[in-house]
Amino acid sequence: MKLVTAVIKPHKVEEVKAALRTAGITGMTVHEVKGVGRQGGHAEVYRGTEYKVDLLPKVRFEVLVGPEAVEEVVDAIVAAAATGKIGDGKVWVTEVESVVRIRTGERDLEAV
Amino acid sequence: MEIDAGDTAWVLTSTALVLFMTPGLALFYGGMVRAKNILSMLMQNLFAMGLMAVLWVLIGYTIAFGGTNNFVGNLDFVGFKDVGMGVMEGLTIPVILFAAFQMTFAIITPALITGATADRFRFGAYAVFIAAWLLIVYSPVAHWVWGGGWIFDMGALDFAGGAVVHINAGAAALALVIVMGKRKGWPREGMHPHSLPLTVIGTGILWFGWAGFNAGSALAANGLAAQALLNTFIAASAAMLGWVFVEWARDGKPTTLGAASGAVAGLVAITPCAGFVATLPAMIIGVVAGVICLLAIGLKTRFGYDDALDVVGVHLVGGLTGALLLGLFADTAINEAGADGLFFGGGFELLGKQAVASFAVLAFSFVVTILIAKAIDATLGLRVDEEAEDIGLDLAEHAEVGYSFSELSSMDRLGHAERLGHDDHADRLEEVR
Repeated sequence: MKLVTAVIKPHKVEEVKAALRTAGITGMTVHEVKGVGRQGGHAEVYRGTEYKVDLLPKVRFEVLVGPEAVEEVVDAIVAAAATGKIGDGKVWVTEVESVVRIRTGERDLEAV
Repeated sequence: MEIDAGDTAWVLTSTALVLFMTPGLALFYGGMVRAKNILSMLMQNLFAMGLMAVLWVLIGYTIAFGGTNNFVGNLDFVGFKDVGMGVMEGLTIPVILFAAFQMTFAIITPALITGATADRFRFGAYAVFIAAWLLIVYSPVAHWVWGGGWIFDMGALDFAGGAVVHINAGAAALALVIVMGKRKGWPREGMHPHSLPLTVIGTGILWFGWAGFNAGSALAANGLAAQALLNTFIAASAAMLGWVFVEWARDGKPTTLGAASGAVAGLVAITPCAGFVATLPAMIIGVVAGVICLLAIGLKTRFGYDDALDVVGVHLVGGLTGALLLGLFADTAINEAGADGLFFGGGFELLGKQAVASFAVLAFSFVVTILIAKAIDATLGLRVDEEAEDIGLDLAEHAEVGYSFSELSSMDRLGHAERLGHDDHADRLEEVR
């Protein structure tokens, strides 16, 4: 099994969710996170003083998939999350040793 | 007549009460938008308390209340010239108090429109819009109805602003969202209220302030003011029940947002009627408005106009409901200066006048608002670009965020040497996108 993790722009959540559903993925975990990368940050101004905010809001998706679906899922996320502008985020894939579905006790591929 | 201390005290109080409704409205709307747009909503409403008040003193008041021409006021009171401490003709309060009380109405009426245009109105364009709208639409309509203009002469009734405030703002909201277009993603994407507790606090402030709006419109501390106050409160209560029970039966759950919306719908509908009807009719007007406004908010999805927070469904439809029901329930036993409606022996005469006045205000406000909106769109642009809509108006338009709970958002302060110029700031925002 593989874990596909993606960090994307918050306003792309709906489109990525829809793309994953189209790719046959029914389960996912989504976190609101903050991060910094090449995008840098933005400025906020309070009573004339300007502050640099470098940790920007992002959304992190985690999706467990079987090995055969990895490419399709990664491509779907990339296509849905892309705006072409700096700060679109990243997708990465990691190996997963084992998975258990809590309700049934099913293991590994059956539990994905 | 001489100045009466009791009357003056009550209208002073009412002026403060009505002023407080605008920050209440800001919270009522602010809770319903997404968290990234809360400040833009609060700011638009707060800013109206600045800009509308200044314009009212300089020129709005005289357009509304200078002379008794049929259509528009004269320039006798520019800059509050001759608006002094002496007694107002026909009343027992100072002229300047009447003008101040009316100023609070001129602040909240354009502010009502912000609910429709939420999440996409460029702030600069908003400021120009409400300034133009106050002087070209609101002040003349106030003149027609309250300043001795043609609706006043015709004998249509509007105790506290069913037509002047609610039909007027609701029609403008409809016109503006038609020119401006939908929010990005509407209606496909869920755009849930981010904080209904704020909306409930706002509802409470509006309900409280509406005592000044309606009972203050008696312009005296007397029995009629008390009747108007009670009518206002009972209509809100009945409307809340009407809205909640119907949605409960139809959708399966009684909702907090439904209760808040229902109460406001009742307050809107009773506004023209408050000082012309008896208690039980006020209750009937409330419950009818609660149900009709609930049904009316479905119109936007049917017709595809993005009235984000239902200004059309609640204010235009609620205002029309109240103005027309007044043609049925008006009762000279309550107010001799009023008229008798259909159910009190007055025949169809008042109902006809109410319909003419309501639809005239609706049509005037709608058409002129379309023209103002088109002119602003062609020059400044009415709405923000898509990226600004994505990151939210708070950051894109105001360089602030509404909520900063997390330690992770702690910020480096930029020193003077590093202080960014305006253009650099725009570049930084550009990077975010």
